[in-house]
Amino acid sequence: MATAALLVPRRKRRSVIPGFGLTMGLTVVWLSFLVLIPLAAVFARSAGLGWGHFVDVGLSDRAMRAYRLSFGGSLAAAAINSVFGLLIAWVLVRYEFPGRRLMSAFVDLPFALPTAVAGIALTAIYADTGWVGRLLPFPVAYKPQGVVVAMVFIGLPFVVRTVEPVLADLGKGIEEAAATLGAGRLTTFWRVILPEIAPALLTGFALAFARAVGEYGSVIFIAGNVPYVSEIAPLLIVTQLEQFDYEGATAIATVMLAASFLMLFVINLIQGRERRRLGQEA
Amino acid sequence: MSRAQHTARAAVGEPGAVRLVLILLALGWLALVILLPLFAVFAQAFARGWSTYRDTIAQPDTLAAIRLTLIVAAIAVPVNTVFGIVMAWTIAKHDFRGKDFFVSLIDLPFSVSPVVAGLCFVLLFGRNGWFGSWLSAHDIQVVFAVPGIVLATLFVTFPFVARELIPLMTAQGRDEEEAALTLGANGWQTFWHVTLPNIRWGLLYGMLLTNARAMGEFGAVSVISGHIRGQTNTMPLQVEVLYNEYNFTGAFAVASLLAGLALVTLVVKTALEWRHREQLAGAGH
Repeated sequence: MATAALLVPRRKRRSVIPGFGLTMGLTVVWLSFLVLIPLAAVFARSAGLGWGHFVDVGLSDRAMRAYRLSFGGSLAAAAINSVFGLLIAWVLVRYEFPGRRLMSAFVDLPFALPTAVAGIALTAIYADTGWVGRLLPFPVAYKPQGVVVAMVFIGLPFVVRTVEPVLADLGKGIEEAAATLGAGRLTTFWRVILPEIAPALLTGFALAFARAVGEYGSVIFIAGNVPYVSEIAPLLIVTQLEQFDYEGATAIATVMLAASFLMLFVINLIQGRERRRLGQEA
Repeated sequence: MSRAQHTARAAVGEPGAVRLVLILLALGWLALVILLPLFAVFAQAFARGWSTYRDTIAQPDTLAAIRLTLIVAAIAVPVNTVFGIVMAWTIAKHDFRGKDFFVSLIDLPFSVSPVVAGLCFVLLFGRNGWFGSWLSAHDIQVVFAVPGIVLATLFVTFPFVARELIPLMTAQGRDEEEAALTLGANGWQTFWHVTLPNIRWGLLYGMLLTNARAMGEFGAVSVISGHIRGQTNTMPLQVEVLYNEYNFTGAFAVASLLAGLALVTLVVKTALEWRHREQLAGAGH
């Protein structure tokens, strides 16, 4: 028996659990019908436009402004979320205080709250007469900065939930070693802790960024939606569709999809590298 | 010597004052970014008193929107639960080449903008779409009708159950199933009596998230629904319609129902995480 096992070390033992054919078949059919064919339709339609026309409508002046706001705003929001997400994760993992569990539960609210609800609530708060808007020296609602406010709201849990488990698993040993060697607390954080959690922080940043780029519901109410100024790319798709400009909508959607796939690839790359690194250490 | 020891002990924690500042900063940010919007929804909804609130909710269009949202969730949640289990069973209980790639495909809807998701189905089933002429010849309406809303909702909620179950079922291994099969149970009995009890809390967690997203989805549904009052408006769309008509109290009244749903979701989710942490693979998604 043992020799037989040694003779075929490379071939995996087939699972004795039944249902592989049936469930695999259903998975492929459902995945194709609901996800792959619909997404392929966007690419196929946009391939039918021809390159020159695709560039004309997909990379028009107005579209480029919209991409700049969508991607630039998402970058700013993800950066803000990285700082405060790390702070919240740190406080949740390291300190005991009354209300800690309640605080942890509320971090997930942006996952549960419908985006349209968040959108109108943020608009009410940041309008010139709103609770926060009236305190600020500059306008937020109906301006590009309003877009960032909405993106900060929806992206926060991604950073907290990605960094939290890594921070919790971080042994106190290396911190003690750093302190024994004479490092101050701040030095220890910058030189020892931050490099350890950097991949998780980067993943959280990328997830928050990716979510913000595609976000629609929470942004459109607070954005003001002025073409060339405060119009995000997903809204431009909707506007084109409402004017029955399917070609324009499809071309912009293709650019957005390509960006999503690129970000998905980058996120997988970071996570794969991190997994290998941890595997080598173990 | 004793000074060095003291330094080492102090160095793995922060001084009390720093600790307090960090906690207050984190709480302050959370209050500003998350609690304030939540509070604003209810404050605005009840700004004109309880009777106005009740009258707004009782409007026929709003009631129709509530009904449609419930119908859509009643279809999307069971369908994606069944397929989520099927996908998790394929991936976690069997070995095959390209499994990682398969898992990324299942996660795909999470990285697609909801608006693009809605557009996909318009391109397929709309008047100028691939199946448009066939559908209109057979008098079937998908776009600007309930079937389109259901499809868009199925798309955006597609990964929730599978993504919760795959890590959980992989971690649980196959020993119990193999034992049951050796003892003479058939595949269905093994699933029903062995696998399902093991994954039930994780499954419930996945269904909860599916339901929250199904009832709250805005972007994808907005593109495909056509915004026909009383017919193809779900609750989030009704919020938008009322808001654009400057009926802010009405918009916030409907929004408060959705915010209530979000709060219930959070409470159940947190309870599941506390009680059944060992059975939740991705607690915190």
